[in-house]
Amino acid sequence: MKNKILPFAVIIIFGIIFFIFYKGLEDSKIYTPDVNTKKEIPVFNTKEFFSGENVKSSSIFELDKVYLLNIWSSWCVPCRQEHPLLMNLNLENKLNIIGMNYKDNLNNAENFLKELGNPYKEIYIDLDGTIAIEWGAYGVPESFLIYNNEIIKKFIGPLNQELIDDINLLIK
Amino acid sequence: MKILRFFLIVIIFYTFSVLKADELDKRNNITKNLRCLVCQGQSIYDSDSEFANSLKILVDRKIDEGLTDAEIYEYFKNKYGEWILYDPKLNKNTYILWFMPLLIFLLGGAIIFKKLKKKHN
Repeated sequence: MKNKILPFAVIIIFGIIFFIFYKGLEDSKIYTPDVNTKKEIPVFNTKEFFSGENVKSSSIFELDKVYLLNIWSSWCVPCRQEHPLLMNLNLENKLNIIGMNYKDNLNNAENFLKELGNPYKEIYIDLDGTIAIEWGAYGVPESFLIYNNEIIKKFIGPLNQELIDDINLLIK
Repeated sequence: MKILRFFLIVIIFYTFSVLKADELDKRNNITKNLRCLVCQGQSIYDSDSEFANSLKILVDRKIDEGLTDAEIYEYFKNKYGEWILYDPKLNKNTYILWFMPLLIFLLGGAIIFKKLKKKHN
């Protein structure tokens, strides 16, 4: 009797371990951040892109308006890809697109806008990347849909037509 | 008089640098405990990515503002979630992680205990 319990226990333990590891196989190994939780927008100080004037975050976003904050940079290749989509979105005039220029050379950024157009209603500067951190961003490009001082949804990586459709659905 | 002033400046200089060294220790400690979210298996301290460098600046700023370690961790946890901390707290997602070693230890102990008892008999 005693001799039978041990192999049985070993089989059960290995069974449990196998189950846990098997479950683990199905999980994504890449960290997927929570993109849907509503969060208050952060408080920060920044500078206006063209004039260099100091701006407080509270004066940027008004209540009852939909904003899309887009973090971009002239050195970022995916930003170049998503830029035409932002241009189109701006033409539709349903929301205000705010640009946040991330760790960029301002001359390069201006050339980028001259070359590809400027979809942004306003552009602000984030020279050392700390404002992006305040927003909880990972890098460039990243976009935040904002309504009533709350982040409704965050888009990590370049926008594509599918995500633009998502945005259009959300702001209806 | 000149020598006295020189020494005074040297002393002030050294006291400042000691303060700074303390802060540097604190900063290194904190950044070693924060995960670089865009890298694989690196802490903020180890990484030189854009994300990590910005985070280091922000940690410095928070230390200058006089926040404690716990407050700084809480701040980043609010921004990025539990995953940014290298020291996971006990919750429903991590209980296996916390109790598995204990369970295995107890089971192993029980098996050894049984064997010993058998030998004794």
